[in-house]
Amino acid sequence: MDAQDLHELTAAYALDALGADEAEAYEAHLAHCARCRDELAQLSEPAAALAWAGGPATPPPALRARILDAAARERTKVVPLRRAWLLRTTAAVAAVAACTAVGLGIWAGSLLDSVHRERSARAADARAVEILADPASRRIHLAGADGMVAVDPTGQGALMLKRLPPAPAGKTYEAWVIPRGGSPTPAGMFHGGGTTTVVRLEKPVPRGSTVAATMERAGGVAAPTGAPVFSAQA
Amino acid sequence: MTRELAHLSDEALVLLAARSEQTALGELYDRYGRPAYGLALRVLRDEALAEDAVQDAFLALWRTAARFVPERGSASTWILTLVHRRAVDLVRREERRRADSLDQAPEPGGGSADEEAWLRLQRERVQDALRQLPDQQREALELAYYGGFTQSELAERLGQPIGTIKSRMFSGLARLRELLGDPGLETAWTHRTSTN
Repeated sequence: MDAQDLHELTAAYALDALGADEAEAYEAHLAHCARCRDELAQLSEPAAALAWAGGPATPPPALRARILDAAARERTKVVPLRRAWLLRTTAAVAAVAACTAVGLGIWAGSLLDSVHRERSARAADARAVEILADPASRRIHLAGADGMVAVDPTGQGALMLKRLPPAPAGKTYEAWVIPRGGSPTPAGMFHGGGTTTVVRLEKPVPRGSTVAATMERAGGVAAPTGAPVFSAQA
Repeated sequence: MTRELAHLSDEALVLLAARSEQTALGELYDRYGRPAYGLALRVLRDEALAEDAVQDAFLALWRTAARFVPERGSASTWILTLVHRRAVDLVRREERRRADSLDQAPEPGGGSADEEAWLRLQRERVQDALRQLPDQQREALELAYYGGFTQSELAERLGQPIGTIKSRMFSGLARLRELLGDPGLETAWTHRTSTN
């Protein structure tokens, strides 16, 4: 197989759609082809994103212990590291990883991360979570931020945002519901920060209205004073 | 069960796993065990085999964590790639390949309400993106990724030259990347704020 043929195998490799011999030849080629390494990094993300489309499933509880036991048996001779060293090192890696993540753009898998952290954070507005999780709710992706607005069949709405930057001192995010052809009505304030922000909208969200948020002075205002930070057509 | 490492990024956990910190492996499992098992089950259609695939993948992570390079992609991509590769290896060995449509996948369940909401968002987002692909590209991606078919088998099954299959897979993945990276800025701030 010549080099040109090998270049063309990147997508199939990312999908695990090569036979054993082809995969081996491609991996050998990768070692000295920077172009294919870059392309593979690009195509591996959407390929792995396909994992989410099938939906999660709950494995038997015993599987966790089986994996950890097997892992422990494989590494019995390694001396555990001192805690202080671990914390220093992981902080540095976390910082690097955060920079890398910005470069990679919005990436599906990392959302799960924020969910797990949210679970141990203070309890979010229970009603907002109910609306977000209600199978009967309509869910619309936001433009301008990573997240969604959900509206249940009675018109009650909630926002969920991933890694919304905290509002600066003296400022607040203010949510708005704008009925079709109407004026913005204030629907609640929130401050962002942390991995997940959940907001219960204080006004009903009629079909066809716009849900948006602007940055306003602390305490909120009666009508928006600037362009929206994010919005969605609900 | 306490989750003392819950504040760390996936990438930091992989580094800890590379230093034999077992709790880090447990935390990664708590984050990705359900999507991993869902994926393995989707490909293998057999619970025992799906468990094997997930176990093998997490042990591969444990053994090779030191070789993980964050600049090459996120830890979640790497973990799901390990799970998928193992599931495809097993499905080829077991001759269990199937080509059902995605609609028959199980509904999410078993997690907390907010986790379920995010998982559903993720799922809808990828499914939306898939629906926007030309049929032939979507077919090639689904048969390869969920069905475990090789490109040569796909060429035969679809009665197309292998070059056509390669090109459908490449274009499909490239387009999927664009679709997933752009949350859709077409939503209008239709009602100007001049009323105040």
